[in-house]
Amino acid sequence: MRKLLRRILLVDFLEGLRVTFRHQHPKKIVTMQYPAERPKVAERYRGAPRLNINPENGQTLCIACDLCALACPEALIVVGWERNPETKRKDLINFTYDTSRCMFCGLCEDACPVDALELTQDFELASYSREGAIFDRQVLEEGIQPTRYKF
Amino acid sequence: MSGTFLDSTELVLNMGPQHPSTHGVLRVIVKLDGEKVTGTECVIGYLHRGVEKIGENRTYAMFAPYVDRMDYVAAVSNGLGYCLAVEKLLNVEAPPRAQVVRVILTELNRIASHLLWLGTHALDIGAITPLFYCMREREATLNIFEKYCGARLTTHAFRIGGLQYETYEGFEQECLAFCDMFLPKCDEYEELLTGNRIWVQRLRNVGVLNAEDCKAYGVTGPLLRAAGVKWDLRKAQPYSGYDKYDFEIPTCENGDSFDRYIIRMREMRQSVRIIRQAVADIPAGPIMAKVPKVIKPPVGEVYVSIEAPKGELGYYIVSDGSTQPYRVRVRPPSFVNLQSLDKMARGSLVADLVAVIGTIDIVLGEVDR
Ligand code: SF4
Ligand code: SF4
Repeated sequence: MRKLLRRILLVDFLEGLRVTFRHQHPKKIVTMQYPAERPKVAERYRGAPRLNINPENGQTLCIACDLCALACPEALIVVGWERNPETKRKDLINFTYDTSRCMFCGLCEDACPVDALELTQDFELASYSREGAIFDRQVLEEGIQPTRYKF
Repeated sequence: MSGTFLDSTELVLNMGPQHPSTHGVLRVIVKLDGEKVTGTECVIGYLHRGVEKIGENRTYAMFAPYVDRMDYVAAVSNGLGYCLAVEKLLNVEAPPRAQVVRVILTELNRIASHLLWLGTHALDIGAITPLFYCMREREATLNIFEKYCGARLTTHAFRIGGLQYETYEGFEQECLAFCDMFLPKCDEYEELLTGNRIWVQRLRNVGVLNAEDCKAYGVTGPLLRAAGVKWDLRKAQPYSGYDKYDFEIPTCENGDSFDRYIIRMREMRQSVRIIRQAVADIPAGPIMAKVPKVIKPPVGEVYVSIEAPKGELGYYIVSDGSTQPYRVRVRPPSFVNLQSLDKMARGSLVADLVAVIGTIDIVLGEVDR
């Protein structure tokens, strides 16, 4: 009898609806209004790559050792270097990083002995062309400049 | 067959690959007699990326990020299985601290995987609300992953021999906060679904697979346990220190879709139990075992399997003594479990087929690899 009454009065549905309405409170809204509101990603986030510059003299930290290129499973890093005849050291000429093939696994970052290559918190990597996804040294050093919309 | 005007001729229909309830790109050729399914055949391979072949052309360390892309819903479990396999090949063991952190993250990932399953399965059945709640709670686990290793989905959290990253400040508190937050939410999902008559009627006695069939098909994971077989690799052949934790393996009797739902709900609660125990006792010490920089295992072969959220996930690696594996073979739980689809769906209605596909909990990235 009770069972029948429960069925007729739709108690099982009402119980479910109670949960639904409990979550209607505006304070409980979790949707983020991106891009008006920008998420703060974690410190260790593996996003857009960056080639770090020594803040003291403005020179690149990269020693052109090629370890990152060797560690990358996708072989998408190309380090261009030239032997400096005076100092006998390798000078970085160019650095190409193809983000369109990158899976942001972080192996290159781990391999770098001087922490020159770093995956940063920038996550807006979209570009209008395929060429735009291939970062050269300039982009890597200056960082990507995503469009900031005004609201 | 008696010839009334209601009789229909046999109809062969394509379901998928773009059908939203096939959870990706599964194509099922369905043979129909009216509304009744008289046979199914799965056509897979739409998401084939040749992960096993890629493994033969990468060094051991380089291949680790690729395994995350098989079962991308439970990437941490994939990574754990692979790392354990290579560690066995190298004959090293991750230090205790690394093992405990691995267990915490893997269990969090199990919860995330089950939550995604619950949400999408409920959506298939017609309950839209749980999806949003499940996603919200899953977000909490993903945030922990993001803070720990810097990625949310394809985490690449573990390395061969241990961990790359030390736990971040507040890791323990965040895990415990998640546990405290999650258990009431679990009750909430049950409040929404378990008593709901549509939910029960859509799942009870749908897609029944008894214990014998499960064993014959090699089905593992929640499907097997729903049929009453108490088999969980975490207990049967403990790895990564699972024997230290006190938890239960939930089992049910009927082996239908409803039981599988119950099993997964209980499993999430057990995962919370494991996380609580693990977080309470993270030993100090190194996080990386002594592993050579260039990983060059001796000639040999290993098979290591773990209990992934979807069932037994196995890695069979053959080493020829070089820096690259000679062969990497993966035993994906989704692929094997999917083979039982025909058995489960035969004789049911088309609408039940959707429920059956959902209840297996397949990830096409893993089926096709
Ligand atoms: S993140 Fe991974 S895939 Fe991308 S460049 Fe670095 S090593 Fe290569
Ligand atoms: S590993 Fe670091 S230092 Fe070496 S080439 Fe790459 S970015 Fe430069």
